[in-house]
Parts: sequence; C-alpha cells; structure tokens
Amino acid sequence: MPDDLPLLEVRDLSVSFRSRGRDVPIVENVSFSVDRQEILGIVGESGSGKSVTAMAIMGLIDAPGVKITGSALFRGQELVGLSQRSFRHLRGREISMIFQDPMTAFTPVYTIGWQIDEQIRVHEAISRTGARARTVQLLGDMGVPDPERTANRYPHQLSGGLRQRAMIAMALSCNPSLLIADEPTTALDVTVQAQILDLLRNLRHNYGSSVLLITHDMGVVAETCDRVMVLYSGRVAERGPAEAVFRQPGHPYTGALLDSIPPLTGPRPERLPSIAGAPPPPLERPSGCAFAPRCHYVHESCMILPSLIAYGTQDVACVLPAEGHPLPPRAAGAA
Amino acid sequence: MLTALLRRLAQTLFVLFGISVLVFLVFFATPGADPTARIAGKNASPETMEKVRHEYGFDRPLPVQYATMMKKLFITRDLTSYVDRGEPVVPEIVMAAPVTLSLAAGGAAIWVIASVTMGTVAAAFRGTLIDRGLMILGLIGISLPVFWLGQVANLVTQARYHDTWMFSWVPGLGYIPFSESPTGWFRALIIPWIVLAVLFTGIYGRVLRADLVAASGEDFMRTARAKGLSPARVLLVHGLRTSMITFVSLFGLDFAQLIGGGALLTEVVFGLQGVGRLTYQALSNLDLPLIMASVMYSAVFVVLANAVVDVIYVFLDPRVRDA
Amino acid sequence: MVIKTGSSAVSGVAAGPWRTAGQALVRNRPAMSALAILLLVTFACIMAPFYAHDIAHTDPFTSNVAGSFSLNGQNVDIMQPNDNPLHLGLSPAGPTWHPSAYFLGADSQGRDVAARLLYGGRNSLLISFSAALLCIGMAALVGVLSGFFGGVVDMVLSRLMDIMWAVPVYLFAISLSIVTISQGLKIGPFTVESDNLLIPIVIIALVYVPYAARPVRGRVMTLRNAEFVMAARSLGVPRWRILLVDILPNISATLVVLAPLLTALALLAESALSFLSIGVQAPAASWGTIIQDGEGLIYTRPMVAIAPGLAIVTVVLTLNILGDGLRDALDIRETSRKGS
Repeated sequence: MPDDLPLLEVRDLSVSFRSRGRDVPIVENVSFSVDRQEILGIVGESGSGKSVTAMAIMGLIDAPGVKITGSALFRGQELVGLSQRSFRHLRGREISMIFQDPMTAFTPVYTIGWQIDEQIRVHEAISRTGARARTVQLLGDMGVPDPERTANRYPHQLSGGLRQRAMIAMALSCNPSLLIADEPTTALDVTVQAQILDLLRNLRHNYGSSVLLITHDMGVVAETCDRVMVLYSGRVAERGPAEAVFRQPGHPYTGALLDSIPPLTGPRPERLPSIAGAPPPPLERPSGCAFAPRCHYVHESCMILPSLIAYGTQDVACVLPAEGHPLPPRAAGAA
Repeated sequence: MLTALLRRLAQTLFVLFGISVLVFLVFFATPGADPTARIAGKNASPETMEKVRHEYGFDRPLPVQYATMMKKLFITRDLTSYVDRGEPVVPEIVMAAPVTLSLAAGGAAIWVIASVTMGTVAAAFRGTLIDRGLMILGLIGISLPVFWLGQVANLVTQARYHDTWMFSWVPGLGYIPFSESPTGWFRALIIPWIVLAVLFTGIYGRVLRADLVAASGEDFMRTARAKGLSPARVLLVHGLRTSMITFVSLFGLDFAQLIGGGALLTEVVFGLQGVGRLTYQALSNLDLPLIMASVMYSAVFVVLANAVVDVIYVFLDPRVRDA
Repeated sequence: MVIKTGSSAVSGVAAGPWRTAGQALVRNRPAMSALAILLLVTFACIMAPFYAHDIAHTDPFTSNVAGSFSLNGQNVDIMQPNDNPLHLGLSPAGPTWHPSAYFLGADSQGRDVAARLLYGGRNSLLISFSAALLCIGMAALVGVLSGFFGGVVDMVLSRLMDIMWAVPVYLFAISLSIVTISQGLKIGPFTVESDNLLIPIVIIALVYVPYAARPVRGRVMTLRNAEFVMAARSLGVPRWRILLVDILPNISATLVVLAPLLTALALLAESALSFLSIGVQAPAASWGTIIQDGEGLIYTRPMVAIAPGLAIVTVVLTLNILGDGLRDALDIRETSRKGS
C-alpha cells in the first residue's frame, strides 16, 4: 500500500438510530482523514457526536436500529459494514481505544497485568511469560514506576493517572497504527493531564502510531494536535491544521470555543466568555446552520445548510468567509 | 485484620445466642403456651401436671431453664426428647444430616449449572425469543409450589409412567444411603434434586441475566470489546466473572438454609427423613429439646455460611480485600 | 454503547413520575394480561358462594360420602368402586367437566372440589394480599427507622433482622404457626382462636419483614445522603418533615414494586403452611389445604391436587409478571449509565 494514502479516510459518515418510529440522526456526513503519525483532534460539546464517530469506526455500535452509512477506509479496508468477526482482528491490534474514565474501564476483578497480557495473547501467539515481559516493558515505557509490581495490582489499587497510563500501555500492546483516545484526560487532575498528553504526543515517535484525540477542551488540542476537526451537533463545523485554526478560526463556533480557553499569559479575565444556550437535540436540529440560534453573526443566508468550503488551509461550514466577512485573526498566544 | 475477625466472631455468637433465645421464648413464653400441658396431655390430672412440671424443671425461673437446656445441648450433649422419653436428641440430628446434605448438595449442583447456563445464554441472546422464552421459564419455575411439584413428579414417576421405560428405574420414595448403594442413592435422589432445583434455577438464572445485562453497559465491557476479544470471552471472562459476586453471596445463604432444614417441604413430599422433616415432626409434637437442637443446628449452618460467603467474597472481589 | 436520545426534550410537557410509570405499565402487554388474569381469578373466587349455591348446588363444607348426583340425566354415586380389577375400596367421583356437578370431581369426603377451589381461593388470596400489605407496612417502618436514624436504632433493628433471617423462612413460619394454632393466642383480654385467618396473615407478614425491609433501608440510606435531603437539613428543616416530605414519597416506588412480589411469596407460604395443616383450618379451605386433601388421592384422582396447584401457579406467575412490569415502569434498578 502506498505511503501517501492517509491511514484512515472517513467520507460522509452518518450514524442514526431509530427511536419511537423515527430515525434520529446523531452524526451527519462527517468526513476527515488521519495521516500516518499524525494527531487529529475532534472537538465538540457533549452530544456533538464525537464519541459516536469513534465508536462507529471501532465497530462498537451494534445496538439494534442503528444505521451507519458512508465510508471509513482504514489502510484501504472499508470499515463501514465490516463483520464483527473481521472487526475483532482489527480492534486492539490495528486500532485501539482508550476511554475517559480509567476508574471504570478496567475489569475490577483482574490485575492490570493480566488484562494487558490478555490483549497481547488474544492477538499474538506468544507465551504467558513473553506476554508478561512485554507488559512490564510497556508499563515502564509509559512511566509507571515499579512496573513489575504494578502489573500484579488490581485497578482499584492504582491512582487515576497510573490507571490511564496502564490503559495506554494496554492500547499500545499490539503496536496499533491508530489509537483513538476518547477524552483521555477529562477525569484526571490537571498535573496528571499534562503528563498524559505528553505521553500521547510522543507516541508517534516511539511507536509510530497515529492518534485520534477526542476532547471538548480546545486547550488540550492546542497542546497536542497537528490537525483539528470541530463538530457541532453531529456536523463538521470546521476542519484544518491546528495552528491555522487557532490563528484564524473560520467558524464562529470555533471562535467562541477558543475564547473560552483561559489565556496562558497576561492578566486573567474576570469571567471567561461562554456560549449562551445549548446545542439542539438531534430531532430539533434546524435545517440550516445548526449553530445559527446561538451565533452572534446569524443572518438570512444561515437558514440554508452551509456546505464545507475551503478557507485558507481550512474547510469551514460557514457562509461568513465566502461573503467577505471572515472572523478577525486572533492574537498569537493560544497556539 | 484480627480485630475484624474477632468482631465478626462476636457478631456470629450474638446472632446464635439471639436465635436460641428467640426459639426458647416462642415455645416457652408465648402467651397461653404451657409446655407442661403439652407433655402431660390434654386432660391430665393436676397431680400429673405437677409431677411433669417438676420433672422437666418447668417450675424453675425461665433463665435457669434456658441455661440448663443450653448446657445439655452444647456441653454435655445429653439433651433428651420430651416426647420419646429418653431418646437423645443430638444423634437423631446426626442421623438426619446426611440425607439433607445429599439432597441439598445434589440440588445445588443442578441449579448452579442450569442457572448459569440459562442466565448466560439469555444475556447473550438478549432481546430475542430465546431470551424471552428462558426468562418466562424461569418465572414459571419461581411460581411453582415445591411440594405440589413434588407430588406431580411422584404422580408421573411413581404411578402414571412408572411402568414405562422412562421411569421404571425410579425406586420407591425414601432415602438410600450412599454407603449402601451409590447408584441407588443417585436414583432415589435425582427426582427430588430436580424438583428442589427448579425454583432456584429460576431465581438464579434471572438474577444472573439481570446482572449480566447491567454489566454489559459498564465501561470495562466496552474496553474488553475494544481489545478485540471474542463476544463469548467478553461475556464469560469479563461479564460473568464480575457478575458471579452477587450469585455467590445468594448461593451461600440459600444453600445454608437448605442444609439447615429449609428443604423440609421437599423432604416431606419425597419421604426423606432429613433435618427439615425431623424439625417439622419435632414442631408438630412440640418436642422442645428436638426443636431447639435442630434450629440451633440450622442456625449454625446459616451463620457459618455467611462467614464462608464473606471469605469467598474476598477471593472473588479484590476490592473487598483492601476495604 | 449509550446514545443520548434527547427524549426528555422531545416529549415536551413533563408528566409526573407516577403518570409516566402508569403509561409505561399500560403499554406493557404481558403485565396487562397478567393483571387481567389476576382480576379474573379474584372475581371468580369472590363469586364462590354463587357458584356453589346456584350452579353446582352443593355445600362444599360438609362431608357427603353417601350421596349421589345426577349427570346427563343419570344418577351417579359420589363414592365409586375403584378402577382396579377387583373393584376393592371406594374412590371419589372423578372430574365430570360439567360445571353443574362435580366439575373437578369430589375429594375423599365427597365434597365438590371445584366449589372448594373457589372458596379456597378466597382465603388464599385474602391471606396473601393482607399479609403482603401488613409486611410492607412493617418493613417500611423498620427500614425507615433503621435507615433514617442510623446509629443504635439501626444496629438493633439490623441485628434483629439478621437473627430472623438466619432461620429458614418456612421453618420460622411453621414454628410460629404450630405454637399459635395448637394453643390459640391469648394476649391480655383478647383471644385469637386458632382458626382465625389473622394467624397466618400475621405470621407470614412477620417472617418476610427482613426480606422487604432490606431494600427499603438501603433506599432510605441513599436518600438520607442525597443532595436534596442534605440541602433541606442545612436549611434547618425538622427531621420529621424531611421524613414525610422527602423520604417517604421516594421510597413509595420501592414499596409498590415489592407489593406483588411479596403477595406471590405470601401465597406460596400460605399454601405451604396450609399443606402442612397449620395454615387455614378445616373445614375451611385454601388452595394449600386442597392440595393436602389431594395428597392421598394423588394416584387415583390427581385432579384434586393438580387443580389448586395450577391455581397457585397461575396467580403467583401473574403476580411475578406484574411485579416485573412495575419494576420496569418505575425504573427501580438504578442505572449507572453515562453519556459521551
């Protein structure tokens, strides 16, 4: 397979499920790609469909009535409609996932080491001792102190940060080419957050893995990601290189998200600006721009669903740049 | 650790003491209940009453009577029955225990295997007809009165179809000791085992399914799937293993109650002279020493089982170990 | 996998929790069928005297060994020679499957089993419903006291429950029944005769108190530490008011779900006690006593024992289905699910 193809290429992915006789769209026509050794951030509020997107790529949605359409090519292999049997060989080996809450993500009745060994031994023909040696090695690499002893401990005996490190070690145990991290730092202390983000950032060098980082925190994106995709109410709002998006956001929603990051330097503002209102529930999504009801710049042309248009190096689902009124560039500093 | 053990032991002894007092009061101090009248018979003369009262020590204060009975039961172990004069009580229980133990153990083996299979299969096929059918079966099992089911089983295996190839191997009602004939023991008990197990299979199967379904929404089950494990492995190794914690604690209590005489209806219907039936007979005759002995025997088992469950808990759930 | 439905926003007008539960229950087809069957059985049992007097023309409480009845114009003896080749001994008439006479046959005293079944159902249902109600009342009291006041009250009550729980339920009920039924119960000026239905009602209610008090206590303890109760406390709301306004309405769902399940357990317990002749006393009937009557006839006239058993199974099954439906409708099992 040629190296210039993206590792993961998602085209028009839509996810909907049936509830009381209606199809409720959760994710609508989302497209993006992840290159080799790249970190892509997917940003959005809760309910924006970012986790559902990740679960769809992992094939972890099998609730009855769920419909997934579009395409997701992973190393040229179509994931949409792939059988669970085939997914099993991908999951954990080619694509792994880490979750928000390391408290509950490990099975409470087995040791950390046992659970990592299990993943290795499911995918590779390797002896018990061989698997354990790799587990200990991985835990050490992830900065877990005294990895041999830690491997024999139960999840509840470890701190949140250590558990998340163990989780990442488990995710990396079969050298996956893509790691999906769903809010990996949300449940952790601020100091631990920074360490975990460091760890994720260095994966591409040490393990050659690409990372799909799902977060609601623009600050996390600024620290970690190469490129970013902003989701709003199940649709792509903006997409592009992180640096460009941070310098000049094209979508008012992105702008508002950036405004809500506390500045790293200078005087702290009394109150951070917040976005009034809440995203619309899937069934009440307006036919036009979903952000329109909360947008400062809303006007007539927003009543028609805006398509993604190129804006510099970004793609923006907003009419403002095309109408000649782009948002003002932001002072450097956040990125 | 040691203080926890000691506290546990103290609690246990307290519960046992409480039970003995409770039983004693129910049979000696219930308003209108006079043990003398019972032993002496309905229309006994006052002299006989007086004689009996003195002979059994009923003219002494209640605490003294209680203490005497406890001493005879636990220390000298020469407590004798009121009804069959001079019949020591402890050996009677020792005789009945193997019958009850055989009944409970066999039934338990059946219901554990059946309910784990039922609960797991139902959870695996959640929402399908298989699931719904199994759960309805479980509900029916819970709704059957065991003594009635036993009668129907007897009707089928002892009478209606006894002469056909299907049930001609079933011996007449009653217990056959294992030492006498292992196959006879098995054949005599297999029908009672099944009848006893039906109720528990229903309960446990449903509980296990509910736990497994609840577990399937847990984060760790999603992790297990994300690791690329097979659905069977996710369900059995991660889901079932975690759900077994409730299962085991339920099992401990139920099994203990059965050994302690809770299977008396099954024993009565199938003519098995076990602890439950013995207790029932003692109760019918108001034979207080025998009642006291069998209830204490039963309580000891229940309390012991509680302790064993606590220990197994520690093995099953590492979180309890550090608590 | 959890997907937010946003249904709360979709459904618009907020309905009360009981109304929502009621609607969910009405939509639950098995639960509604179970309720219908239960009401039908109850109605049939209430109509027992009508059936006995006006349809079967029989007195189900007096022995009628020498009598006969007419079936399709023919006179049939109630006690008939056995089916065995020598025609030795007598057996009661078998089922005629004819509602006007001995529909389900006669028992060993020549009484109409169908009529007794209906009368027995009255007692069985009355006892189990009353026992369940009484038990729930006591359990609520114990659970609330124990869970709300904690400390010494909780310790004493919990240990008491432990003690009761350590004796097998049926053995406990049997002990209490034998003592009270053999002697009657004299409490001060009041005497309760041994054939009074209060005896099985109170005993069955009593032995299941630990079973029902445990979930109530757990619920109260959770509520006691819930934020809205903490808030009320910090505002200085008196304890009794918190108990009445914040705690009781919130445990009522637990109690409602327990009701049919306890009734089912009570019915099984009642039938067991009556089967052992220490529940409902002769000549009155209950489903348990009829099974007992049928025990001796099980190989010759099995219908005497099978019919009341089927009645018990039907009622207990419908109660259990109803209980399941209520639990689902009131959403008692706390779900710890999280959205994305």
